[in-house]
Amino acid sequence: MTSLLRHVAALALAALLAACAAPQGSVVLLPDKDGKNTAVVVTQGTQQVPLTQPYAAAHLTSGGPQAYQSSAQEVQTTYAAALAARPLPPAQFTLYFVEGKDEFTEESKKIIDGVFAEIAKRPVPDVVVIGHTDKVGTDVFNDALSRQRAEVVRNALLARGIAVDKVVTIGRGKREPVVPTAEGVAEARNRRVEIQVR
Amino acid sequence: MKPLHSRRFGRHWVVALAASLVAAAALAEVGQIKVAKGQVSVERNGQALPGQVGMLLESADVLRTGADGSVGITMRDNSLLSAGPNSILSLERFEFDPTTSQGRFDARLQRGTLSVVSGRIAKQAPEAMTVRTPSAVLGVRGTEFVVSTHD
Repeated sequence: MTSLLRHVAALALAALLAACAAPQGSVVLLPDKDGKNTAVVVTQGTQQVPLTQPYAAAHLTSGGPQAYQSSAQEVQTTYAAALAARPLPPAQFTLYFVEGKDEFTEESKKIIDGVFAEIAKRPVPDVVVIGHTDKVGTDVFNDALSRQRAEVVRNALLARGIAVDKVVTIGRGKREPVVPTAEGVAEARNRRVEIQVR
Repeated sequence: MKPLHSRRFGRHWVVALAASLVAAAALAEVGQIKVAKGQVSVERNGQALPGQVGMLLESADVLRTGADGSVGITMRDNSLLSAGPNSILSLERFEFDPTTSQGRFDARLQRGTLSVVSGRIAKQAPEAMTVRTPSAVLGVRGTEFVVSTHD
């Protein structure tokens, strides 16, 4: 190697070390359970590094974010305590409504049993009941109807012994159909109530 | 879905109104401590409160963990945040409309380690959730990541 090349190599190494000299932290994107639409954009000043693949990572430095590839092992070493403290993810259940009826089918009763099993797993459970409608009618109408459906389910949970202050109801109206349809289309699969145990 | 009889519909409006009043009363709560280990405190209005499992959190609360501490919280939009030892985590801003899923969530990790699973706010609008460190801004497009920062 000529002395000039050595000089250039030494400078490059020095620049690299300087960039890494002041690590202020790091960010690692984790694999997503659904495996889609997952990304974190890391910005320091005018510099941006998007993290879009599992274990894509960036060191935060005084010279801006420095991209690198992390690993499950490295994450476990650095973040074991934080990951161990992660709350259980919300458990989701869905009840479907027979058109024009409020009573539960046999199937739905089994689902309610599952809800209580999840509640028993958690030290401080709270329950969110979210009503949905299909796309027949206005937002005002469907917001009220979806809340009413959620209330029916909430009352059923209360009847089985959940404390009143542990259950909140939400009406999402027609905003979150399971089966996308045009406005005005009656669709049984969209007339539903979700129960989330947190 | 069939049109409801107008009188019944009137009754439902009362139920809806009552439900929204309950929602308004509960609006101060932005999340709850679901997991706590070792030393955990919550700074609120200049006071340090013991951070215990079940504690309801408010916007602007600052969570601190000791050398043996860790804490896990579930936010109203189902975001899950958990911090390891020697961490300082601020819930700087949290606004959430459960009907529309629109809102704003800005958290700050001043020090320590943090694991994040984003929730309904980030799902509804990818620009609506950020996690800051003293030197960086993380735009959360979804869903799971970890971040660490030193003093």
